[in-house]
Amino acid sequence: MFLWFHKLGSPPHFYRIAGRFIPWLNAIFMVLVLAGLYGGLILAPTDYQQGESYRIIFVHVPAAWMSLFIYVVMAVCGVVIIVWRMKLAEVVLISSAPIGASFTFLALVTGSLWGKPMWGTYWVWDARLTSELILLFLYLGVIGLHNAIEDKRIAGRAVAILAIVGVVNVPIIHYSVEWWHSLHQPASLTKFDKPSMPPSMYVPILIMALAFQVYYAAVLFQKCRAELLQRERNSRWVEEL
Amino acid sequence: MTPARKKRLALVVLMVAGVSVGVSFALQSLNQNIMFFKTPSEVRAGEAPADRLFRVGGMVVAGSVSRPGDGLTVQFDLTDNEEQVTVKYTGILPDLFREGQGIIANGRLDARGDFVAEEVLAKHDENYMPPELAEMHKAREAQQ
Repeated sequence: MFLWFHKLGSPPHFYRIAGRFIPWLNAIFMVLVLAGLYGGLILAPTDYQQGESYRIIFVHVPAAWMSLFIYVVMAVCGVVIIVWRMKLAEVVLISSAPIGASFTFLALVTGSLWGKPMWGTYWVWDARLTSELILLFLYLGVIGLHNAIEDKRIAGRAVAILAIVGVVNVPIIHYSVEWWHSLHQPASLTKFDKPSMPPSMYVPILIMALAFQVYYAAVLFQKCRAELLQRERNSRWVEEL
Repeated sequence: MTPARKKRLALVVLMVAGVSVGVSFALQSLNQNIMFFKTPSEVRAGEAPADRLFRVGGMVVAGSVSRPGDGLTVQFDLTDNEEQVTVKYTGILPDLFREGQGIIANGRLDARGDFVAEEVLAKHDENYMPPELAEMHKAREAQQ
């Protein structure tokens, strides 16, 4: 197990494995996203109160989940960087940041577009919305900090600390709708309770969430490969490619 | 794990714990301000600020919506199932506004203790269902 882990941590090995996975991931993503969109936009019934407008949920909720998930991945990478000084973790962390920022942005924009007709406003300084906006700033902070430091090994350690410290925000986002009276509704899908929507609605959401996960993996691998080539451009395995 | 790594791991744990404690204290002290709205009970208990805008949230009492006067002003009662607050509002209501729906009004109390809203937001709950199912629910509730 550990041997496998160590092997994966070596840049040339990871470069090869990731390259082999990417076409498969792209194909799986296409299938899942088409199935999810078909299920969400065509098969799923309208909502009794919101009519068709609720369909933004099929993008909004998975994007919001991804924004949290990717941040947690970055924080785990941060711990690996600080404790084990693993080079590949630095690559994964910094390659994840723009993807996570995009998902966060997507969640904020789709929520805002839904909020105007439903709530009556594009934006409110509500606990959920504000903490999600802070998450976007954390992502942007990680990207900015990484770009600001010339030496990539030092930059890796700096962004690792930022990613680890920022992870405190993740439970705040998740529980914001329970801890405080907020305008944002509580979660409809939780692990422990019965979902408060019919399967015809939540199954497409789950498919879309899975599609986004696969998309993240595909883009992450691609970005990691590019970042690895950039960082290791003077090493022998890159010259041999 | 080598001692050096153990030390670094402990440092990371300490860092996260420290920041968590700091943030939780900060949030605790800000608690009242993070609340997006006050409930009618809190307003009746005199916890609402008199001099500035605040938000009150609750359910629109069924049958309480009326349009006195020019037809643009809406008046309705908000309840949290304990206390009620009368809200007056002039303007366009959001799509989700209806009797029995949770809403949030932003405004201030007038001299009579009524809430004069400058903005009305509809709060959606976490329940989603197709219209047919909602009809069935309603029919079942009517039977009981």
